[in-house]
Amino acid sequence: MNDAIIEVSNVSKSFGGVVANHNVSLTVQRGAITGLIGPNGSGKTTLFNSIVGYHPIDSGSIRFEGQEISQLRVQEIARLGLLRTFQTTRIYGKMNCLQNMLISIPHRKAHFFDMFNYERGEVVERAEHLLSFVGLFEKRYLRAGSLSFGQQKLLEFAMALMNEPTVLLLDEPTAGINPTLINGLIDRLKRANLEFGITMLIIEHNMRVIMNMASKIYCLAHGELLAAGEPAEIQRSQDVIDAYLGVH
Amino acid sequence: MNQTTPHPFTLAALILAGIAAPLLFPAYTNQVAVLWLMIVFASTWDILGGQMGYNSLGNIFFFGAGMYTSAVVQIGLFYDVGMYTSGARTTHIVFTTAQYFTGLAIGTVAAGIAAAVLALVTSWIVFGLRGPYFAIGTLGVAVAGAELMASWEWVGAAAGISMPVFPGAPEVQKLFFYFLLFDLAVVVLIFLRWLYSTNFGLAINAIRDDEEKAEAMGLYTRRYKRVAWSISAFFLGIAGAIFGNMTGFIEPRDIAFPTTTFNIFMILMVLLGGKGTFWGPVVGAVVFQIIKEVTWTYFLGWQFVALGLLIVIIVVYFQQGIVGWLMEKYPARFGIRVAPKDENQYARPLALAPHPEGAE
Repeated sequence: MNDAIIEVSNVSKSFGGVVANHNVSLTVQRGAITGLIGPNGSGKTTLFNSIVGYHPIDSGSIRFEGQEISQLRVQEIARLGLLRTFQTTRIYGKMNCLQNMLISIPHRKAHFFDMFNYERGEVVERAEHLLSFVGLFEKRYLRAGSLSFGQQKLLEFAMALMNEPTVLLLDEPTAGINPTLINGLIDRLKRANLEFGITMLIIEHNMRVIMNMASKIYCLAHGELLAAGEPAEIQRSQDVIDAYLGVH
Repeated sequence: MNQTTPHPFTLAALILAGIAAPLLFPAYTNQVAVLWLMIVFASTWDILGGQMGYNSLGNIFFFGAGMYTSAVVQIGLFYDVGMYTSGARTTHIVFTTAQYFTGLAIGTVAAGIAAAVLALVTSWIVFGLRGPYFAIGTLGVAVAGAELMASWEWVGAAAGISMPVFPGAPEVQKLFFYFLLFDLAVVVLIFLRWLYSTNFGLAINAIRDDEEKAEAMGLYTRRYKRVAWSISAFFLGIAGAIFGNMTGFIEPRDIAFPTTTFNIFMILMVLLGGKGTFWGPVVGAVVFQIIKEVTWTYFLGWQFVALGLLIVIIVVYFQQGIVGWLMEKYPARFGIRVAPKDENQYARPLALAPHPEGAE
């Protein structure tokens, strides 16, 4: 259980003259929680978007379970089992929570005529189970768009779990969430990792959160990899401290 | 799928009204027949426009394509189409009863299939576009269809085609086409009620709410969009075939591809009734058809002024439509639940954050 599931090697990406990522390499171990930190504008989300196929990369390679995915499109990568959540939470606002869950079933096995299926029984049960896992069971018939921001984040997380991903890329899962809810969310992320065996790569600004969860952390600054190591090493790294405080 | 509660009684009442109408008001049979056509227009437009969030301005293309397909099939089965449509033709051509109904049946089915195939073909072009570009792109398809037909001699060009004549009394003809359109509308409504209850309904709603999210979740979004477009094309093609035979004469710009009348009506009816709701298009079609007939009868010459006024009123003051407004006012009656305002909810700092696609 100690093999690399995502291997990013020497990835560069620029937007016009702005170099967002330059020769970034990182690996995510199967079954682990890996953290990605860095000051604002350091290229974390760009790297995320590159991995999930949101935009083509300029050079380098991204491999998922040994397969090159840097040429694939977003949907194809998602169907391989590599799923992302968004920094600005995205759910289907006019549908209720349960419907949000039911349409999030994994589509990798979907055949053409599966689109005319009607979900019942087992799938609904699983959706309701996951909704109660994130504490939204009572709200399952509420319109998703009317939930609070924190609840929408939880719903988005539940939708991701419904998709049965192998790897989950979470973009700032705790941003904008009530501090009292954060502990609950950390707990659920850890449980999803342990119980469902989902590998995670997490962008996070909240140091307490990420230091608690991740077994390995990568730090980006100005689009380049600044440091990598265990949480304790990162916390001691003078480069990382400088980057965050602006000495760099 | 905002309206999950089934309305079997509403549908049953609608069917009863449909059967009773020509018996009770024989003078208005044609007007009510067009009402059923309008319901087909509105309901099929709403598949994309309401449920999927893709505002098409080109659905009329499939109506016209179906109309011409059926004409060509109905004539071509028994005669040479080029000879039939030729302006120099002096012989009188009569279709026997058997020829007429065989042609009509095969032509109508062919119209639906041809329209659906055309939808699949055009989907390669139009679904590369989003938002207003999609609307303009689809309008381009419809206008191109009209212009193509208007310059194609083999199908009569701008002079059009006189359809085979119905072998029966005018009264029988009226009722025959009334019930064809009525049946089509009922089939469309039942089919859509089923369709919206499946995963397909969920998927196109998801595309409407956030297509990028749906892609990120691995949905086959293109597949859903193509099939949705083809379904509405299929029914519009059949509607075109029936309507072409009903009027007895078809020509490209005003009857087959009327981009400024029927094409706009279908959008207007959906907006009036409430887009993205099952009954909205039906309610919109009924109200619109009444307004249209009244203004056409009593304010002739001013009917398009009245129509323009209606568009302005709807777009400015009444965007959610009749059913949409009712759903907002009495959400519980429609099975919608909205979360109560949460007091200890944090502000949304991320609302100010830049778009995720930006470098960060």
